[in-house]
Amino acid sequence: MWLASSSIGRKVVMSVTGASLVLFLTFHMLMNLVYVYDVAFPAADGTHYYDKVCEFLGTNWYALLGTAGLGVLVVFHLCYAFWLTVQNRKARGNQRYAVSGKQPVHWAAKNMLVLGIIILCGLFAHLAHFWANMMYAELAGVEGQYAPTAGFDWITFQFSQPLNIAIYVVWFAAIWYHLTHGIWSSMQTLGLNGKQWLDRWICISYVWATIIVLGFAAVVVAALVQGM
Amino acid sequence: MGKESFLNVNLKVWRQRGPKEKGEFKTYRVEHVSTEMSFFEMMDTLNEQLINKHEEPIVFDHDCREGICGTCSLYINGRPHGIDNAITTCQLHMRKFTNECTITVEPWRSAGFPVIRDLMVDRSAFDKIQQAGGYTSINCGAAQDANAILISKVDADEAMDSASCIGCGACVAACKNGSAMLFVSAKVSQFALLPQGRVEAARRAKAMVAKMDELGFGNCTNTRACEMECPKSVKISNIARLNREFIKAKLAD
Repeated sequence: MWLASSSIGRKVVMSVTGASLVLFLTFHMLMNLVYVYDVAFPAADGTHYYDKVCEFLGTNWYALLGTAGLGVLVVFHLCYAFWLTVQNRKARGNQRYAVSGKQPVHWAAKNMLVLGIIILCGLFAHLAHFWANMMYAELAGVEGQYAPTAGFDWITFQFSQPLNIAIYVVWFAAIWYHLTHGIWSSMQTLGLNGKQWLDRWICISYVWATIIVLGFAAVVVAALVQGM
Repeated sequence: MGKESFLNVNLKVWRQRGPKEKGEFKTYRVEHVSTEMSFFEMMDTLNEQLINKHEEPIVFDHDCREGICGTCSLYINGRPHGIDNAITTCQLHMRKFTNECTITVEPWRSAGFPVIRDLMVDRSAFDKIQQAGGYTSINCGAAQDANAILISKVDADEAMDSASCIGCGACVAACKNGSAMLFVSAKVSQFALLPQGRVEAARRAKAMVAKMDELGFGNCTNTRACEMECPKSVKISNIARLNREFIKAKLAD
């Protein structure tokens, strides 16, 4: 199977899984903006549109299927990242340069694996903060501080903790750096690039990564405002 | 041309007696080096000194000394082909260095390019990749009349840019992954862009990538270090084209 046996095939797997995760992040960020709307324009009856989104997703079959699909994407992206890194280190050889690193290579491009590991650690924290208290709690019938569909209250509570805010700031920074290289790099690997499109894709990567991270950061700021 | 002046330089050079021997850096001093000298002329001066002292001269690859053949290599002060852009080591001149500076000279470091001796590495892996598919197997016959096969100026220029790759291996030397994608993509592109080469484009891309993988070169992570250090300014748009050709070929199988 060329997706596993060839170097380009392995990179195609990284690109397709990575691009799919970027699309998911975009959807997630847009969904989270409903929380910002709730904070900015509170409903007179005290209900929250964000909770309705959480109820709509909840533990319905499409949400479970989507979560399982995302899990598969993350596992493939992660396993291939380590596999490629091991091969690349072997290809580099044991003897390293005494003087090196003089090329002005983009920092993120050199540190994608480190950034990916930081993102993975952030993902575990995120799952513990929200998924475990919402989807998992509903599936397992666990009683929590708030109802599993009370997404608004969960966000407000989690971002009232200073440590959580610090974790998310580091996480957002790692995601931003990872995407500024990852988005254009995935298009390059899929062959959807050329002399004219290279600068355009790099520009799109920066703009897209910035929009995603600012969208998520807006939720943290809104939660702080809500907690005042 | 600027006024000729003279430098004293200290060289930290990698010395290794053979592929299986352990290497080490040795320090040499070369005095009264003209700024008009090429880097290799300075190395020749050093080797003359070593021979006169009955020491082994430093082994390094060189041939045309005019930036065409792709024979020279050397990783000088942290960069393949030295501190200037878009030139080969043989085009590097001593006026780029300062008096009493220390110059670190290393061989290409990559599992695909094992050291033969001192600064000379075995780049026959590139020949093997080229032999796997970097040619047209059809009989082209005599030269065609001009404009018998119409080729757009854009395609002709891009094919010529790709064909400017001299196969020196600086791309592999600069890459933190030891990837040969820039070299392979340039060789695939120079044919794929022209009608004569287009016929076998799918077979060529598959065969050359398979050989590249077999020889243990790394995976491209698009750091762009290769195009920054390429002495012929071959661009990574060639890598995108190789990816496109390879994916199309595999999907058509």
